[in-house]
Amino acid sequence: MEEDLVLKVRNLKVVLDKEKILEDLSFEVKEGEVLTILGPNGAGKTVLLKTLLKIFPYQGGIIWKKGIKIGYVPQRLPFIKNIPLTVKDFFKLKNVSEKKTKEILKEINLEEVFEKEVGKLSSGQFQRILIGWALAKNPSVLLFDEPMTGIDLPGKGTLYSLIKRLKEKRNLTILLVSHDLNVVYKFSDYVICLNKKILCEGKPQIVLSPETLQKLYGGEIKFYKHFH
Amino acid sequence: MDFQLLLSLISGIFIGGVAGFLGTLMLSKRMALVAGPLGHLALPGIALALIYNFDISLGAFPFIILGVILIWLFEIRTKLPIEALTAIVFASGVAISFLFLPIEKAETALIGDITKVSLKATIVSVILSILIAILVKEIYSKMVLINISEDLAKAEKIDVKKYNLLYLGIVGIMIALGVKMVGGLLTAALVAIPASTSRNLSKNLFQYNFLSTFFGAFSALLGILLFKIIHFPVGPLIIIISAFFFLISLIFKK
Repeated sequence: MEEDLVLKVRNLKVVLDKEKILEDLSFEVKEGEVLTILGPNGAGKTVLLKTLLKIFPYQGGIIWKKGIKIGYVPQRLPFIKNIPLTVKDFFKLKNVSEKKTKEILKEINLEEVFEKEVGKLSSGQFQRILIGWALAKNPSVLLFDEPMTGIDLPGKGTLYSLIKRLKEKRNLTILLVSHDLNVVYKFSDYVICLNKKILCEGKPQIVLSPETLQKLYGGEIKFYKHFH
Repeated sequence: MDFQLLLSLISGIFIGGVAGFLGTLMLSKRMALVAGPLGHLALPGIALALIYNFDISLGAFPFIILGVILIWLFEIRTKLPIEALTAIVFASGVAISFLFLPIEKAETALIGDITKVSLKATIVSVILSILIAILVKEIYSKMVLINISEDLAKAEKIDVKKYNLLYLGIVGIMIALGVKMVGGLLTAALVAIPASTSRNLSKNLFQYNFLSTFFGAFSALLGILLFKIIHFPVGPLIIIISAFFFLISLIFKK
């Protein structure tokens, strides 16, 4: 595999319960890159992430750089409220020491929640905890599943800047799936439009024209490019 | 204190305590009720033990293991909720046992009796309880993670199938012990109520585990002592006391 590649996917096909979810995907992720996989609901984005984590069976090739550590930030964890779990406990499940947990909380600006119940955090705080949790074993790649879902506007702002800061500090490669076009414009170096197969790919400003978006989402979609 | 009472108390405290501890995992997996059906499933085994006069747990165990394996296989094959699968398996168990269970033995089978437990059975109960506690502690973190999200657990390279089977095996041993104390009908309560009580009162995982173990053991202790005084069936007494603690916990619910 080429030096600067973190992940190489070749002719990936996923069939679950006899239904074709993903067809013939091929793409690469470079080190330090932020790759967004954009697509409507049901496009197979989450399945793709989970397949890359080898949770689902697949055909084709998924080649990660040798010895690379991957952190996964899931979309939601509804069952976490079933048990009284503090943030400290939550990190302990992964064998993270209290000292290290505190360091991570500092890094994500949430030192005050160390002893707080996870189920009582706001959705923005919880999302940051999930990011911190994924980072606990110092991975060099982060996989994000819809990082902005269910988070209010100020919370989104905090999250954007946090992810940006962590990425630079830790030199992370980030692969995220989202249906949110803002995410694409704020973060991405590269974007792949997915609806069971790859419909378009390239730099966001070039690829995301009204025509490609209509192709991707179907029907009429109004979107105005932000230039910051 | 008479020796028989001492044996009953020791068995009761150990079985009740470890049931409470295991219950904290079952509650988080929304599986507390599975213990009930598994208790019912043990009934044919209990019936055999009562007819041929050997230890109830010994009779119950093979039937529970059979049921656990069936449920595990069904879950992998069908993706139906585990509760539904358990219901299918357990109803069959009840039906079979009542084909041949003599009616005068039915009470012990259904609501248990720990007041006549032998020395040998007490030792076995204590050893098995300790074994369960060690195993539960061993798999606890990973099971909690699996309960929160199987995908997250798989991303952490946890072998979910293996842990689920191990967990069900532990539940199986627990039920075999539980049926001796409170019978096939009430075993679910033995694991579900202390954990629920503790859930109401705890703010972190340590409190949750500790209080659940405590309420499990303490309810058994009080239940057996109360039996000595009022001579009502001991199994139901333990469960009623446990439920009473649950009601009180509602007042202090965090």
